[in-house]
Amino acid sequence: MDGVHDMGGMDGFGKVEPERNEPVFHHPWEGRVLAMSRAIGVFRAWTIDTSRYAIELMAPSFYLTRSYYEKWFVRNQNLLVERGLIDADEVAAGRALRPAKNLTRGPFALADIEKVTKRGSYSRPATAPAQFKIGDRVRTKNIHPKTHTRLPRYARGRVGVVERLHGAHIFPDSVAAGKGEDPQWLYTVRFDAQELWGADTDAKLKVSIEAFEPYLEHV
Amino acid sequence: MAEHDHDHDESSHLSEVELRVRALESILVEKGYIESAALDRIVELYETKIGPHIGAQVIAKAWSDSRFRQALLEDASKAVATFAPQVGNVGDHLIAVENTPQVHNMIVCTLCSCYPTDVLGLPPTWYKSFAYRSRAVKEPRAVLADFGVALPIETEIRVWDSTAETRYLVVPMRPAGTEGWSESQLAKLVTRDSMIGAGMAKNPSEVA
Repeated sequence: MDGVHDMGGMDGFGKVEPERNEPVFHHPWEGRVLAMSRAIGVFRAWTIDTSRYAIELMAPSFYLTRSYYEKWFVRNQNLLVERGLIDADEVAAGRALRPAKNLTRGPFALADIEKVTKRGSYSRPATAPAQFKIGDRVRTKNIHPKTHTRLPRYARGRVGVVERLHGAHIFPDSVAAGKGEDPQWLYTVRFDAQELWGADTDAKLKVSIEAFEPYLEHV
Repeated sequence: MAEHDHDHDESSHLSEVELRVRALESILVEKGYIESAALDRIVELYETKIGPHIGAQVIAKAWSDSRFRQALLEDASKAVATFAPQVGNVGDHLIAVENTPQVHNMIVCTLCSCYPTDVLGLPPTWYKSFAYRSRAVKEPRAVLADFGVALPIETEIRVWDSTAETRYLVVPMRPAGTEGWSESQLAKLVTRDSMIGAGMAKNPSEVA
């Protein structure tokens, strides 16, 4: 979706302000939100792309004014309710009102801790040969799906070069739409910045994205 | 310290979001989905165990051992997994990219906040900021200036936008004047920001 989350190339957000000696969490509740997100992740009640899409669906005014972990919290709570793991009246009451739904991969206990510190694997066997090879010139498609995609706006309809091939991966656009993993080849596609931002741009700048095969066409 | 261990007196000062977070945790615990002790442990892991010191050890080894450096650049997940037990939890598709006098690499996630958490821990706030996400792919030299970094005009800047489940780690240039340093000495020069490409490794004089 063409949402406010797709920020590459926007102006007006000001300087980047690194914080010296930044704590891992600025408030204890942020740590609880992060930990709940990781613990819930073990249930596999939804995927990483579903959780990204849930944040993208937040109203732009909310997205732009709420903190990172507040958005995570709202996302978690909304998805828990949507998937029937908790109920809206329980959220309103602030306590459990009925027994848990049976989880196929839960509950999350201390013994499961190793599972949350390792990033998941999104590689899957390919279902067809790769259409592009390293060194190929490719054009990204000019697509504007209303649903989740990982092709940023600034890199649509642009010509670049395939630099790396990463095997086949779960296709976010499909899985977030509830249409299954539909594994697709994943490439690193490199663009000259002038192709992205015009002739006035730094000629010594190159930018790459990770592009799934359905985003690409032959030039 | 976990927030549910705080004194009750403090609850009157809690923000609305903090109260809502507590309520959600209570519901999940009461229903038996999670244990609070497990959440405590996750917080503790990210506060004390999983952080940029892991990446710094990897970089220091790459600076010291040319075979490891080559293995890291070829397959960083494999190289890091075989390097040390404390980083055995490295995920798939970790990719190391090396800075040289000719090319400076920078990592961003314009769409959300993708980050190599297994080797760098949780991302700093600036990495998740709208300013960094919007500007890194368009005016990285100006972004570097915000960090006090000025690269020669002839240095190519290469920005990697992490739009999939691949995760990038920058191998910064080894500072001059560190010949003969041990890996543990070298690791002290490797900052988190230098492994994202928003900074350089420290000079020897900064850690004397």
